[in-house]
Amino acid sequence: MTREELRAIILEELAGIAPESEGIDIADDEDLREALDLDSMDIYNLVIALCGRLSIEIADADVGNLTTLTGGINQLEIALAGAER
Amino acid sequence: MGTFTMPSLGADMQDGTLVEWLKRPGDEVRHGDIIAVVETEKGAIEVEVFEDGQLESILVETGSKVPVGTPLAQIVGAGKSAAKPEAKPEPEPEPELEAPPQPSPVKVPPASPSVAPSAMRASPAARQLAAERGIDLGTVKGTGPEGVIVRQDVEMAGKAAPHPSTRTKSHPSAPDLTPMRQAIAAAMDRSKREIPHYYLTHSVDMSAAQSWLDRHNASHPPAERILLGALLLKATALALRDFPEFNGFYEQGRFTTSEAIHVGLAIAIRGGGLAAPAIHHTDQLEITELMTKMRDLVTRVRRGGFRSSEISDPTVTLSSLGERGVEALLPVIYPPQVAIIGFGTVLARPWAVGDSIEARPVMSLSLAADHRVSDGHRGALLLRRIEDLLLQPEAL
Repeated sequence: MTREELRAIILEELAGIAPESEGIDIADDEDLREALDLDSMDIYNLVIALCGRLSIEIADADVGNLTTLTGGINQLEIALAGAER
Repeated sequence: MGTFTMPSLGADMQDGTLVEWLKRPGDEVRHGDIIAVVETEKGAIEVEVFEDGQLESILVETGSKVPVGTPLAQIVGAGKSAAKPEAKPEPEPEPELEAPPQPSPVKVPPASPSVAPSAMRASPAARQLAAERGIDLGTVKGTGPEGVIVRQDVEMAGKAAPHPSTRTKSHPSAPDLTPMRQAIAAAMDRSKREIPHYYLTHSVDMSAAQSWLDRHNASHPPAERILLGALLLKATALALRDFPEFNGFYEQGRFTTSEAIHVGLAIAIRGGGLAAPAIHHTDQLEITELMTKMRDLVTRVRRGGFRSSEISDPTVTLSSLGERGVEALLPVIYPPQVAIIGFGTVLARPWAVGDSIEARPVMSLSLAADHRVSDGHRGALLLRRIEDLLLQPEAL
Protein backbone atom coordinates (compact mmCIF):
# COMPACT_ATOMS: atom_id res chain seq x y z
CA MET A 1 0.00 0.00 0.00
CA THR A 2 1.38 3.43 -0.90
CA ARG A 3 1.81 6.25 1.59
CA GLU A 4 -0.84 8.20 -0.29
CA GLU A 5 -3.30 5.32 0.15
CA LEU A 6 -2.50 5.08 3.86
CA ARG A 7 -3.01 8.81 4.21
CA ALA A 8 -6.43 8.50 2.56
CA ILE A 9 -7.36 5.64 4.89
CA ILE A 10 -6.48 7.66 7.99
CA LEU A 11 -8.48 10.64 6.73
CA GLU A 12 -11.44 8.40 5.95
CA GLU A 13 -11.45 6.89 9.42
CA LEU A 14 -11.08 10.35 10.98
CA ALA A 15 -14.12 11.50 9.02
CA GLY A 16 -16.09 8.62 10.54
CA ILE A 17 -14.99 9.57 14.06
CA ALA A 18 -15.24 13.33 13.68
CA PRO A 19 -17.59 13.98 10.74
CA GLU A 20 -16.97 17.68 11.25
CA SER A 21 -13.39 17.10 10.04
CA GLU A 22 -14.41 16.26 6.50
CA GLY A 23 -13.12 18.80 4.05
CA ILE A 24 -10.72 20.43 6.52
CA ASP A 25 -7.22 20.77 5.06
CA ILE A 26 -4.65 19.14 7.31
CA ALA A 27 -0.89 19.46 6.81
CA ASP A 28 1.02 16.19 7.21
CA ASP A 29 2.93 17.39 10.26
CA GLU A 30 0.08 19.22 11.92
CA ASP A 31 -1.12 17.91 15.27
CA LEU A 32 -4.44 16.23 14.45
CA ARG A 33 -5.73 16.82 17.94
CA GLU A 34 -5.29 20.55 17.55
CA ALA A 35 -6.44 20.73 13.93
CA LEU A 36 -9.61 18.69 14.45
CA ASP A 37 -10.21 19.23 18.17
CA LEU A 38 -9.74 15.54 18.94
CA ASP A 39 -9.49 14.12 22.45
CA SER A 40 -8.07 10.86 23.75
CA MET A 41 -11.36 9.07 23.04
CA ASP A 42 -11.16 10.07 19.37
CA ILE A 43 -7.58 8.78 19.10
CA TYR A 44 -8.69 5.59 20.88
CA ASN A 45 -11.44 5.14 18.29
CA LEU A 46 -9.02 5.87 15.45
CA VAL A 47 -6.65 3.14 16.64
CA ILE A 48 -9.48 0.61 16.90
CA ALA A 49 -10.76 1.55 13.43
CA LEU A 50 -7.33 1.33 11.76
CA CYS A 51 -6.39 -1.95 13.44
CA GLY A 52 -9.71 -3.49 12.43
CA ARG A 53 -9.65 -2.24 8.87
CA LEU A 54 -6.05 -3.19 8.08
CA SER A 55 -5.84 -6.26 10.36
CA ILE A 56 -2.79 -4.86 12.09
CA GLU A 57 -1.62 -4.32 15.63
CA ILE A 58 -0.65 -0.99 17.12
CA ALA A 59 0.93 -1.17 20.56
CA ASP A 60 -0.40 1.23 23.16
CA ALA A 61 3.08 2.73 23.48
CA ASP A 62 2.97 3.67 19.76
CA VAL A 63 -0.45 5.30 19.83
CA GLY A 64 1.21 8.68 20.37
CA ASN A 65 2.60 8.44 16.81
CA LEU A 66 -0.90 8.81 15.44
CA THR A 67 -1.17 12.44 16.40
CA THR A 68 0.10 13.57 12.98
CA LEU A 69 -0.61 12.20 9.50
CA THR A 70 3.11 11.59 8.89
CA GLY A 71 3.46 9.75 12.20
CA GLY A 72 0.33 7.77 11.49
CA ILE A 73 1.44 6.75 7.99
CA ASN A 74 4.85 5.67 9.34
CA GLN A 75 3.16 3.68 12.09
CA LEU A 76 0.84 1.96 9.62
CA GLU A 77 3.78 1.01 7.38
CA ILE A 78 5.59 -0.55 10.35
CA ALA A 79 2.44 -2.35 11.48
CA LEU A 80 1.67 -3.65 7.98
CA ALA A 81 5.23 -4.94 7.63
CA GLY A 82 4.81 -6.66 10.99
CA ALA A 83 1.50 -8.21 9.91
CA GLU A 84 3.08 -9.71 6.77
CA ARG A 85 5.75 -11.54 8.73
CA MET B 1 -53.11 2.79 32.54
CA GLY B 2 -50.20 5.17 32.21
CA THR B 3 -49.76 8.43 30.45
CA PHE B 4 -46.50 8.91 28.63
CA THR B 5 -45.61 12.59 28.86
CA MET B 6 -42.99 14.91 27.38
CA PRO B 7 -40.19 14.34 29.88
CA SER B 8 -38.18 17.08 31.53
CA LEU B 9 -34.66 16.45 30.35
CA GLY B 10 -32.97 18.88 32.66
CA ALA B 11 -34.07 21.84 34.72
CA ASP B 12 -33.58 24.15 31.77
CA MET B 13 -35.92 22.38 29.36
CA GLN B 14 -39.24 24.08 28.57
CA ASP B 15 -40.51 22.08 25.63
CA GLY B 16 -39.55 19.52 23.03
CA THR B 17 -40.49 18.56 19.49
CA LEU B 18 -41.69 15.04 18.86
CA VAL B 19 -39.73 14.03 15.77
CA GLU B 20 -40.30 10.30 15.56
CA TRP B 21 -42.46 7.56 17.02
CA LEU B 22 -40.61 4.25 17.20
CA LYS B 23 -43.69 2.33 18.37
CA ARG B 24 -47.20 2.26 16.95
CA PRO B 25 -50.57 1.89 18.67
CA GLY B 26 -51.02 -1.79 19.56
CA ASP B 27 -47.29 -2.41 20.02
CA GLU B 28 -46.05 -4.01 23.22
CA VAL B 29 -43.69 -1.80 25.20
CA ARG B 30 -41.32 -2.85 27.95
CA HIS B 31 -39.52 -0.95 30.67
CA GLY B 32 -36.48 0.69 29.08
CA ASP B 33 -37.73 0.56 25.48
CA ILE B 34 -37.02 3.63 23.39
CA ILE B 35 -40.41 4.63 22.02
CA ALA B 36 -39.89 8.11 20.64
CA VAL B 37 -37.28 10.63 19.58
CA VAL B 38 -37.61 14.16 20.91
CA GLU B 39 -35.77 17.18 19.64
CA THR B 40 -34.52 19.52 22.37
CA GLU B 41 -31.88 22.19 22.82
CA LYS B 42 -29.52 19.32 23.60
CA GLY B 43 -30.15 17.63 20.28
CA ALA B 44 -32.24 14.61 19.33
CA ILE B 45 -32.88 12.48 22.41
CA GLU B 46 -34.26 8.97 22.48
CA VAL B 47 -37.02 8.78 25.05
CA GLU B 48 -37.54 5.61 27.04
CA VAL B 49 -40.67 4.30 28.67
CA PHE B 50 -40.52 3.13 32.27
CA GLU B 51 -43.30 0.58 32.39
CA ASP B 52 -44.51 -2.56 30.66
CA GLY B 53 -47.71 -2.52 28.67
CA GLN B 54 -49.24 -1.81 25.32
CA LEU B 55 -49.15 1.49 23.48
CA GLU B 56 -52.84 2.29 23.19
CA SER B 57 -52.90 5.63 21.46
CA ILE B 58 -50.62 8.39 20.28
CA LEU B 59 -51.77 11.86 21.32
CA VAL B 60 -49.15 14.05 19.68
CA GLU B 61 -48.23 13.93 16.03
CA THR B 62 -44.64 14.02 14.84
CA GLY B 63 -43.44 17.54 14.20
CA SER B 64 -45.38 18.98 17.16
CA LYS B 65 -43.56 21.09 19.71
CA VAL B 66 -45.14 20.72 23.13
CA PRO B 67 -44.31 21.85 26.69
CA VAL B 68 -42.79 19.50 29.25
CA GLY B 69 -45.49 17.38 30.89
CA THR B 70 -47.81 17.26 27.87
CA PRO B 71 -49.36 13.78 27.46
CA LEU B 72 -47.81 12.16 24.38
CA ALA B 73 -49.36 8.70 24.45
CA GLN B 74 -51.49 6.35 26.52
CA ILE B 75 -50.11 3.03 27.68
CA VAL B 76 -52.43 0.33 28.99
CA GLY B 77 -51.67 -2.61 31.23
CA ALA B 78 -49.44 -0.68 33.61
CA GLY B 79 -49.96 1.24 36.79
CA LYS B 80 -46.82 3.26 36.97
CA SER B 81 -46.68 6.67 35.39
CA ALA B 82 -44.52 6.66 32.32
CA ALA B 83 -41.34 8.42 31.29
CA LYS B 84 -40.37 9.24 34.83
CA PRO B 85 -36.72 8.87 35.65
CA GLU B 86 -36.36 6.52 38.57
CA ALA B 87 -33.42 7.99 40.37
CA LYS B 88 -34.91 11.41 40.77
CA PRO B 89 -37.32 11.54 43.67
CA GLU B 90 -38.91 14.78 42.48
CA PRO B 91 -38.37 15.31 38.80
CA GLU B 92 -40.55 18.41 38.63
CA PRO B 93 -38.50 21.50 37.81
CA GLU B 94 -39.06 24.53 39.97
CA PRO B 95 -41.38 26.58 37.77
CA GLU B 96 -40.84 29.91 39.49
CA LEU B 97 -37.20 29.81 38.52
CA GLU B 98 -37.72 29.51 34.81
CA ALA B 99 -37.30 32.96 33.34
CA PRO B 100 -39.49 33.11 30.22
CA PRO B 101 -43.21 32.50 30.67
CA GLN B 102 -44.51 29.27 29.20
CA PRO B 103 -46.20 29.65 25.86
CA SER B 104 -49.78 28.44 25.86
CA PRO B 105 -49.79 24.69 25.32
CA VAL B 106 -51.30 24.87 21.87
CA LYS B 107 -50.27 22.24 19.44
CA VAL B 108 -48.15 23.76 16.71
CA PRO B 109 -48.79 22.57 13.17
CA PRO B 110 -46.73 19.54 12.24
CA ALA B 111 -43.60 20.09 10.23
CA SER B 112 -43.77 19.98 6.47
CA PRO B 113 -45.11 16.53 5.55
CA SER B 114 -42.43 16.10 2.90
CA VAL B 115 -39.82 15.85 5.62
CA ALA B 116 -39.40 12.36 6.98
CA PRO B 117 -39.04 12.59 10.76
CA SER B 118 -35.88 10.53 10.81
CA ALA B 119 -34.27 13.02 8.45
CA MET B 120 -34.33 15.47 11.35
CA ARG B 121 -31.66 13.54 13.23
CA ALA B 122 -28.55 15.65 13.33
CA SER B 123 -25.29 15.84 15.22
CA PRO B 124 -25.04 18.61 17.81
CA ALA B 125 -22.41 20.37 15.70
CA ALA B 126 -24.71 20.28 12.67
CA ARG B 127 -27.58 21.54 14.76
CA GLN B 128 -25.50 24.41 16.06
CA LEU B 129 -24.30 25.44 12.62
CA ALA B 130 -27.84 25.23 11.24
CA ALA B 131 -29.08 27.49 14.02
CA GLU B 132 -26.23 29.94 13.45
CA ARG B 133 -26.93 30.15 9.74
CA GLY B 134 -30.69 29.95 9.95
CA ILE B 135 -30.86 26.73 7.93
CA ASP B 136 -33.90 24.51 8.38
CA LEU B 137 -32.57 21.02 9.18
CA GLY B 138 -35.67 19.56 7.54
CA THR B 139 -34.29 20.68 4.19
CA VAL B 140 -30.85 19.10 4.72
CA LYS B 141 -29.97 15.61 3.54
CA GLY B 142 -27.93 13.63 6.07
CA THR B 143 -24.87 11.70 4.95
CA GLY B 144 -23.65 10.58 8.40
CA PRO B 145 -24.19 7.17 9.99
CA GLU B 146 -27.81 6.05 9.54
CA GLY B 147 -28.59 9.22 7.66
CA VAL B 148 -27.69 11.53 10.53
CA ILE B 149 -27.13 15.11 9.40
CA VAL B 150 -23.51 16.10 10.05
CA ARG B 151 -21.87 19.51 10.07
CA GLN B 152 -20.63 19.08 6.53
CA ASP B 153 -24.18 18.54 5.27
CA VAL B 154 -25.29 21.82 6.78
CA GLU B 155 -22.31 23.59 5.25
CA MET B 156 -23.21 22.19 1.85
CA ALA B 157 -26.85 23.14 2.29
CA GLY B 158 -25.79 26.63 3.31
CA LYS B 159 -23.74 27.00 0.13
CA ALA B 160 -26.50 25.62 -2.06
CA ALA B 161 -29.30 27.74 -0.72
CA PRO B 162 -28.26 30.83 1.15
CA HIS B 163 -30.92 32.43 3.30
CA PRO B 164 -30.41 36.12 2.74
CA SER B 165 -33.12 36.97 5.26
CA THR B 166 -31.13 35.42 8.10
CA ARG B 167 -28.00 37.37 7.29
CA THR B 168 -29.49 40.53 8.73
CA LYS B 169 -30.28 40.17 12.38
CA SER B 170 -33.48 41.78 13.48
CA HIS B 171 -32.10 42.30 17.00
CA PRO B 172 -28.50 43.36 16.56
CA SER B 173 -28.06 43.92 20.29
CA ALA B 174 -29.22 40.45 21.33
CA PRO B 175 -26.44 37.87 21.75
CA ASP B 176 -26.53 35.21 19.07
CA LEU B 177 -27.21 32.17 21.23
CA THR B 178 -27.74 28.81 19.67
CA PRO B 179 -30.29 26.54 21.36
CA MET B 180 -27.63 24.50 23.15
CA ARG B 181 -25.90 27.68 24.30
CA GLN B 182 -29.24 28.88 25.62
CA ALA B 183 -29.78 25.63 27.52
CA ILE B 184 -26.32 25.89 29.10
CA ALA B 185 -26.90 29.56 29.84
CA ALA B 186 -30.21 28.87 31.58
CA ALA B 187 -28.78 26.09 33.75
CA MET B 188 -25.58 27.92 34.65
CA ASP B 189 -27.39 31.18 35.30
CA ARG B 190 -29.72 29.37 37.69
CA SER B 191 -26.78 27.61 39.32
CA LYS B 192 -24.81 30.76 40.00
CA ARG B 193 -27.92 32.62 41.13
CA GLU B 194 -29.20 29.99 43.53
CA ILE B 195 -26.39 27.73 44.65
CA PRO B 196 -23.86 28.99 47.19
CA HIS B 197 -20.85 27.19 45.76
CA TYR B 198 -17.70 26.45 47.70
CA TYR B 199 -14.56 25.17 46.02
CA LEU B 200 -11.75 22.86 47.07
CA THR B 201 -8.70 21.71 45.13
CA HIS B 202 -6.11 19.02 45.75
CA SER B 203 -3.09 17.75 43.78
CA VAL B 204 -2.73 14.02 43.27
CA ASP B 205 0.34 12.02 42.21
CA MET B 206 -0.86 10.00 39.23
CA SER B 207 2.22 7.74 38.86
CA ALA B 208 0.45 4.66 40.17
CA ALA B 209 -2.64 5.21 38.04
CA GLN B 210 -0.53 5.90 34.95
CA SER B 211 1.61 2.79 35.49
CA TRP B 212 -1.46 0.65 36.00
CA LEU B 213 -2.99 1.95 32.76
CA ASP B 214 0.29 1.44 30.85
CA ARG B 215 0.58 -2.15 32.10
CA HIS B 216 -3.02 -2.98 31.33
CA ASN B 217 -2.96 -1.38 27.88
CA ALA B 218 0.36 -2.96 26.87
CA SER B 219 -1.18 -6.40 27.24
CA HIS B 220 -4.58 -5.76 25.66
CA PRO B 221 -5.78 -5.20 22.07
CA PRO B 222 -7.00 -1.68 21.23
CA ALA B 223 -10.69 -2.30 21.92
CA GLU B 224 -9.92 -3.60 25.42
CA ARG B 225 -7.64 -0.75 26.45
CA ILE B 226 -8.66 1.69 29.14
CA LEU B 227 -8.50 5.48 29.19
CA LEU B 228 -7.80 7.48 32.32
CA GLY B 229 -11.37 8.80 32.26
CA ALA B 230 -12.73 5.37 33.19
CA LEU B 231 -10.50 5.25 36.29
CA LEU B 232 -11.64 8.74 37.30
CA LEU B 233 -15.28 7.75 36.93
CA LYS B 234 -14.85 4.64 39.04
CA ALA B 235 -12.84 6.36 41.77
CA THR B 236 -15.38 9.18 41.99
CA ALA B 237 -18.36 6.84 42.12
CA LEU B 238 -16.83 4.56 44.76
CA ALA B 239 -15.81 7.50 46.94
CA LEU B 240 -19.34 8.94 46.80
CA ARG B 241 -20.76 5.82 48.47
CA ASP B 242 -19.61 7.18 51.82
CA PHE B 243 -20.47 10.80 51.07
CA PRO B 244 -24.21 10.86 50.31
CA GLU B 245 -24.47 14.62 50.83
CA PHE B 246 -22.76 15.14 47.47
CA ASN B 247 -24.97 12.73 45.53
CA GLY B 248 -28.57 13.80 44.96
CA PHE B 249 -30.84 16.72 44.24
CA TYR B 250 -31.73 19.99 45.92
CA GLU B 251 -35.31 20.79 45.00
CA GLN B 252 -38.06 22.88 46.52
CA GLY B 253 -35.91 23.96 49.40
CA ARG B 254 -34.60 20.60 50.51
CA PHE B 255 -31.96 18.05 49.65
CA THR B 256 -32.75 14.44 48.83
CA THR B 257 -29.85 12.06 48.59
CA SER B 258 -29.93 9.45 45.84
CA GLU B 259 -29.23 5.84 46.72
CA ALA B 260 -28.09 5.15 43.19
CA ILE B 261 -24.88 6.77 42.00
CA HIS B 262 -25.32 7.92 38.40
CA VAL B 263 -22.30 10.00 37.51
CA GLY B 264 -22.95 12.50 34.71
CA LEU B 265 -19.97 12.81 32.43
CA ALA B 266 -19.39 16.27 30.94
CA ILE B 267 -18.67 15.68 27.26
CA ALA B 268 -17.50 18.50 25.02
CA ILE B 269 -19.04 18.78 21.60
CA ARG B 270 -16.70 19.83 18.83
CA GLY B 271 -17.43 23.34 17.73
CA GLY B 272 -18.86 24.33 21.11
CA GLY B 273 -21.34 23.20 23.69
CA LEU B 274 -21.43 20.26 26.04
CA ALA B 275 -23.74 17.71 27.59
CA ALA B 276 -23.34 15.71 30.80
CA PRO B 277 -25.42 12.53 30.52
CA ALA B 278 -25.39 9.80 33.15
CA ILE B 279 -23.56 6.51 33.26
CA HIS B 280 -26.06 4.56 35.34
CA HIS B 281 -24.88 2.84 38.53
CA THR B 282 -21.34 3.99 37.88
CA ASP B 283 -20.06 2.54 41.17
CA GLN B 284 -21.24 -0.98 40.31
CA LEU B 285 -19.55 -1.28 36.93
CA GLU B 286 -16.20 -2.97 36.32
CA ILE B 287 -13.54 -0.74 34.78
CA THR B 288 -13.83 -2.48 31.41
CA GLU B 289 -17.62 -2.06 31.41
CA LEU B 290 -17.22 1.58 32.36
CA MET B 291 -14.83 2.09 29.47
CA THR B 292 -17.31 0.53 27.04
CA LYS B 293 -20.17 2.66 28.37
CA MET B 294 -18.08 5.82 28.32
CA ARG B 295 -17.03 5.21 24.72
CA ASP B 296 -20.60 4.54 23.65
CA LEU B 297 -21.88 7.64 25.43
CA VAL B 298 -19.24 9.98 23.99
CA THR B 299 -20.00 8.68 20.50
CA ARG B 300 -23.74 9.15 20.89
CA VAL B 301 -23.43 12.62 22.42
CA ARG B 302 -21.29 13.80 19.52
CA ARG B 303 -23.47 12.22 16.83
CA GLY B 304 -26.77 12.99 18.49
CA GLY B 305 -28.93 10.23 19.97
CA PHE B 306 -28.59 9.96 23.72
CA ARG B 307 -31.46 8.80 25.87
CA SER B 308 -33.90 10.64 28.06
CA SER B 309 -32.88 8.81 31.23
CA GLU B 310 -29.24 9.65 30.59
CA ILE B 311 -30.11 13.35 30.58
CA SER B 312 -32.44 13.43 33.57
CA ASP B 313 -30.72 10.94 35.88
CA PRO B 314 -27.24 12.23 36.78
CA THR B 315 -26.94 12.53 40.55
CA VAL B 316 -23.55 14.26 40.41
CA THR B 317 -21.28 15.41 37.56
CA LEU B 318 -17.67 14.73 36.62
CA SER B 319 -15.80 17.18 34.42
CA SER B 320 -12.36 16.28 33.12
CA LEU B 321 -10.21 18.57 30.98
CA GLY B 322 -8.45 15.67 29.26
CA GLU B 323 -5.04 15.77 27.61
CA ARG B 324 -5.23 19.18 26.01
CA GLY B 325 -6.54 21.15 28.95
CA VAL B 326 -4.93 23.18 31.69
CA GLU B 327 -3.86 22.52 35.24
CA ALA B 328 -7.12 22.94 37.10
CA LEU B 329 -10.79 23.80 36.77
CA LEU B 330 -13.35 25.20 39.18
CA PRO B 331 -16.57 23.79 37.75
CA VAL B 332 -20.14 25.04 38.11
CA ILE B 333 -22.79 22.76 39.61
CA TYR B 334 -25.57 21.59 37.28
CA PRO B 335 -28.83 22.14 39.18
CA PRO B 336 -30.62 20.47 40.86
CA GLN B 337 -27.43 18.49 41.59
CA VAL B 338 -25.30 19.61 44.53
CA ALA B 339 -21.75 18.77 43.52
CA ILE B 340 -19.43 18.58 40.54
CA ILE B 341 -15.97 17.06 40.59
CA GLY B 342 -13.26 18.36 38.29
CA PHE B 343 -10.08 16.76 37.00
CA GLY B 344 -7.37 18.89 35.43
CA THR B 345 -4.88 17.77 32.81
CA VAL B 346 -2.17 15.42 34.05
CA LEU B 347 1.08 17.41 33.90
CA ALA B 348 4.68 16.63 34.89
CA ARG B 349 5.35 18.60 38.09
CA PRO B 350 8.01 18.63 40.82
CA TRP B 351 6.80 16.42 43.67
CA ALA B 352 8.35 15.92 47.10
CA VAL B 353 9.19 12.25 47.73
CA GLY B 354 10.75 11.87 51.16
CA ASP B 355 13.51 14.45 51.24
CA SER B 356 13.99 14.76 47.51
CA ILE B 357 12.12 16.27 44.60
CA GLU B 358 11.05 14.13 41.65
CA ALA B 359 9.19 14.87 38.45
CA ARG B 360 5.81 13.16 38.71
CA PRO B 361 2.60 13.16 36.66
CA VAL B 362 0.33 15.32 38.79
CA MET B 363 -3.38 15.96 38.43
CA SER B 364 -5.43 18.62 40.10
CA LEU B 365 -8.63 17.35 41.64
CA SER B 366 -11.37 19.87 42.41
CA LEU B 367 -14.79 19.98 43.97
CA ALA B 368 -17.53 22.56 43.69
CA ALA B 369 -20.30 21.79 46.15
CA ASP B 370 -23.52 23.32 47.45
CA HIS B 371 -22.93 24.90 50.87
CA ARG B 372 -26.62 24.53 51.73
CA VAL B 373 -26.05 20.79 51.83
CA SER B 374 -22.42 20.14 52.79
CA ASP B 375 -19.37 21.78 54.32
CA GLY B 376 -15.76 22.08 53.29
CA HIS B 377 -14.55 19.55 55.83
CA ARG B 378 -16.62 16.75 54.30
CA GLY B 379 -15.74 17.97 50.83
CA ALA B 380 -12.05 17.69 51.67
CA LEU B 381 -12.55 14.16 52.96
CA LEU B 382 -14.32 13.27 49.71
CA LEU B 383 -11.38 14.52 47.63
CA ARG B 384 -8.95 12.63 49.90
CA ARG B 385 -10.97 9.46 49.37
CA ILE B 386 -10.82 9.88 45.61
CA GLU B 387 -7.05 10.41 45.91
CA ASP B 388 -6.67 7.23 47.98
CA LEU B 389 -8.51 5.24 45.33
CA LEU B 390 -6.39 6.67 42.52
CA LEU B 391 -3.25 5.74 44.46
CA GLN B 392 -4.41 2.10 44.42
CA PRO B 393 -5.80 1.70 40.92
CA GLU B 394 -5.60 -2.10 41.07
CA ALA B 395 -8.36 -1.98 43.70
CA LEU B 396 -10.71 -0.17 41.33
